[in-house]
Amino acid sequence: MPGPGNYLQNYGNAFKNGGGKMVSSLIGASLPRTDALAKVTGKAKYTGDFMVRDMLVGKILRSPYAHAKVTSIDVTKAKALPGVEAVLTYQDIPQNRYATAGHPYSLDPKHRDVADKTILTARARFVGDEIAAVVAVDEATAVKALKLIAVEYEMMKPLLSPEAALEEGAPIIHDEHGSNILNSVGYHIGDIDKVLQTADHVFDDEFETSIVQHCAMENHVSYAYVDDAGRIVIVTSTQIPHICRRIVGQALGIPWGKVRVIKPYVGGGFGSKQDVCLEPLNAVMTLAVGGRPVKLDLSREESMIGTRTRHAIRIKIKTGVSKTGKLLGIKIDAVSNTGAYASHGHSILMAAGAKFKYLYVFEAIKYSPRTVYTNLPIAGAMRGYGSPQLVFALESHLDNIARKLKIDPIELRWKNFNKEGYADPITGNKILSCGIKECVQRGKELIDWDKKKARFAKEKEQAMNWRRGLGMACFSYGTGTFPAGLEVAGARIVLNQDGSVQLQIGAPEIGQGSDTVFTQMVAETIGIPTSMVHLISTQDTDISPYDPGCFASRQTYVTGMAIQKASLEIKEKILEFAQKMIDVPATDLDIKDAHIVYKYTERVIMPLTEVALQCFYDPLASAPITSDVSHNARFNAISFGATFVEVEVDIKTGQVEIIEIINVHDSGKIINRQLAQGQVHGGVSMAIGYALSEQMLFEEKTGRPLNNNFLDYKLPTILDTPDISVDFVETVEPTGPYGNKSLGEPPVISPAPAIRNAILDATGVAFNQIPIRPQIAFEKFKAAGLI
Amino acid sequence: MYPIADYTEARTLEEAIEQLSSNPGLLIIAGGTDLLIKLYHGKLDTVQLLSLRQIKSLQIITENGDGSISIGSLSTFKEIGGHPIVQQGIPILAEAAMAMGGPQIRSMATIGGNICNGIPSADSAPALFALNAILKLQSKEGERAIPIQEFYRGPGQVDLKQGELLTEILITPDNYQHFGGCYIKFSMRKAMDIATLGVAATCKLNGTARFGQVRIGLGVAGPTPLRCTLAEEYAVGKAVNGLTIAEIGKIAVQSAKSRTSWRASKEYREHLIEELTQRALTTAITRAGGVIDYA
Repeated sequence: MPGPGNYLQNYGNAFKNGGGKMVSSLIGASLPRTDALAKVTGKAKYTGDFMVRDMLVGKILRSPYAHAKVTSIDVTKAKALPGVEAVLTYQDIPQNRYATAGHPYSLDPKHRDVADKTILTARARFVGDEIAAVVAVDEATAVKALKLIAVEYEMMKPLLSPEAALEEGAPIIHDEHGSNILNSVGYHIGDIDKVLQTADHVFDDEFETSIVQHCAMENHVSYAYVDDAGRIVIVTSTQIPHICRRIVGQALGIPWGKVRVIKPYVGGGFGSKQDVCLEPLNAVMTLAVGGRPVKLDLSREESMIGTRTRHAIRIKIKTGVSKTGKLLGIKIDAVSNTGAYASHGHSILMAAGAKFKYLYVFEAIKYSPRTVYTNLPIAGAMRGYGSPQLVFALESHLDNIARKLKIDPIELRWKNFNKEGYADPITGNKILSCGIKECVQRGKELIDWDKKKARFAKEKEQAMNWRRGLGMACFSYGTGTFPAGLEVAGARIVLNQDGSVQLQIGAPEIGQGSDTVFTQMVAETIGIPTSMVHLISTQDTDISPYDPGCFASRQTYVTGMAIQKASLEIKEKILEFAQKMIDVPATDLDIKDAHIVYKYTERVIMPLTEVALQCFYDPLASAPITSDVSHNARFNAISFGATFVEVEVDIKTGQVEIIEIINVHDSGKIINRQLAQGQVHGGVSMAIGYALSEQMLFEEKTGRPLNNNFLDYKLPTILDTPDISVDFVETVEPTGPYGNKSLGEPPVISPAPAIRNAILDATGVAFNQIPIRPQIAFEKFKAAGLI
Repeated sequence: MYPIADYTEARTLEEAIEQLSSNPGLLIIAGGTDLLIKLYHGKLDTVQLLSLRQIKSLQIITENGDGSISIGSLSTFKEIGGHPIVQQGIPILAEAAMAMGGPQIRSMATIGGNICNGIPSADSAPALFALNAILKLQSKEGERAIPIQEFYRGPGQVDLKQGELLTEILITPDNYQHFGGCYIKFSMRKAMDIATLGVAATCKLNGTARFGQVRIGLGVAGPTPLRCTLAEEYAVGKAVNGLTIAEIGKIAVQSAKSRTSWRASKEYREHLIEELTQRALTTAITRAGGVIDYA
């Protein structure tokens, strides 16, 4: 190692940019996505892009009946078809019951997910349930073979609503569960009965939401093979690679380490891929053909019924209110339709119930959820995880109350907002940053609330056929799953000879932009430009650090903590190595723009690459620098926000046009403004479909899907989507690694009730169900005498 | 993926007719935007396809010496929507063409295919009904011309004989000159959607204050596209005012044969017919240079 003098001599007088501040903060900067070029040029490879030699195609035979027992299956003809390599039924496969939900494993058996699924089944529980599977040389042959499988069914009564499933004497959908109620764990705080008895007013309402689907641009797809060491490798479009490995191991009854899961680029998930839908079957498919690669690629029609949906929930609310408009106590009864298998069903209503109570102050809350199995497609996680449903009910209810009390809906909320310091009496989790009032204030100004309210009130007197109205709604939400779930994340950073670094994380990019903000975090914390951070976007359970995955709006927060920790550690190691070279205490050094500098003057000592080269090649002290950390986040930061909407209602046709829509979020410090805006645009547009047009429909008697395609399922197009305005109130969240908190799911929560409330304002008609489709609006307007 | 056993492309109309007569099993493909979907959903067994895409003579849009407008059956919706002859002479058809699907579909789908599929929701149909379009059909036996209303026989059924091809759609000057028109596609989305109801209204006025002729074509109001003849007859000679328009809307419902499906109820469809007929006619009147008396 050369003496310290050399470095000081060579670089000691060098100043960057005249010796001033070298790099402004990367936190908050609108950096372009790290994968933007790869994606627009087609270089980014998604699961379906991989063509492997000898690849076969898998197809699933799905039940045409909602509830039936298989009495016989004859696969002889299918097996005999040239080009068919394997035909599988439940008889060929271990029938280990496993849970599919993408939650971290729990050491406590009582806290594990509900294991009610097998790979293929002899008991069809919904139209689309997986009865048999074929592996063939191509798709056309596989489809032909499916038609040659002869199945006889014994019909059972289909239970197509929670009401039907809860009826006395209804058949039990999962015998081993013993009841059609999957979960009914609620909570209470204070004495709700007393509060309701003594309140000046008590208001009652009932709301209902519909089944919708995620509609990720990329359908569910995977391919699997057995590698040279005899391990099963699954390449899949997933949000949860590490969890997926565990579940495949459980489903097949093999050690988890025998499975390797690889996640390439993913074209969206929204929760539908926070679940294990394809991979266990794909694994047995490759095992059935001697380990040859088998691709399992769902069509849109299959994805819409054969993966996951969002729960339809019926919610009854009773609220006690004082004369002055103070909310006193709230009683919520919710019945959720979870479909044929548990997936996330047992935890979604619990999660929603835990998150809403941070928004307003209540003396007493009684929350009574019931999640019910039915013979419909499996409902699972979807952006917002129960909150879009519960907040739709709560915020619609508040507008009904405001109307009855003749108070402005903003004023009613303003009187009742919660604030910093509030601790959840059940978990002890605290609000440590709270910008809800600022969000509402900002939104109110942006939409010009008072002036428009006055104008529309005047216009309403003329009873026109096109009517304008204003609405708003608020929400509170968590960041990650703590304390219900373990929130651990891993990050590994490796220093290269040129001073650049590799970042490896187990938290997947699925389109939301996490890779870009992680890059910013590393660059900012180490003190290097983002061009020197090489992020490994592919997760591979053999290589990537452990992280449960992409869900619960957790990544910038929980994974961010791990990244900060790893970045600080590698920086410390670099500075310690530099100390050996220049004999200046590491604590007096810093890294700025990839140079070692004096901490207090920022005077450059030498380029980072000098330290990097030395640590690789010093004859005696060689020790390439890495950091490899895990972080267990024991906090849950509460984020807030509000939607403001102006609508125009065409009374005669029932069509609703959104004139203006504004989302204002308190997500703490924003890491990348442009990406954050993108999240909000996506969430709001999803919520517009939820409010006005999207609904999965099923034949009433048979449970057959009517609209599992994009022609008949009314996902809004870009022409149906208004300009969406976005603003942020940037509080600083003390537990966030960079002051940040959740933003992935929050944008989808409050628009639906805000739209509903704007329609109420425009027409005086209170809708209690979404979507508010034109025909439904027409019927209500007619009943109200508007037509 | 698609069960297609054979695919050939005819270069000329004569060649297509020859092939069609020698092989009755051939299925015609033009833009493929309906046929490929049927194949994808397994609604057809393995097919042998005869493509018309290379036949240039069927892609011509022109104004004839007598003022009639000819539209080749292989014209795409994009071509129709953007063609100056259509935009100037029969803008209602351009309006209908641009209401269909999205840009990709409009670049592929042909008006001939749209008509020959016989579906009640065809976006071109209400306008063509209101324009009294004449369809020219050719086979080995020769050519025949029939009004579009006679071509539609029932849901998915059209009067296309074995070996016959739709070659041209003809709009005569007495059916478009001095008319104002408007097409309203009522659907759940502003693009990429199927009509819940399609209303095409055209009208010619006596002066600015009286109706000369009114024509109303409806899509998705019955098993086939249809005309509201009762309402049209009622309108002749009436004053152009709010009351007449409201009455026309009411009478239009009588010609419809709406039914309830999971997509929309009969009651709602009939309400839409009444309301949207009025809206389409109101715009058509303005475009015909009329002034509506709302007094």
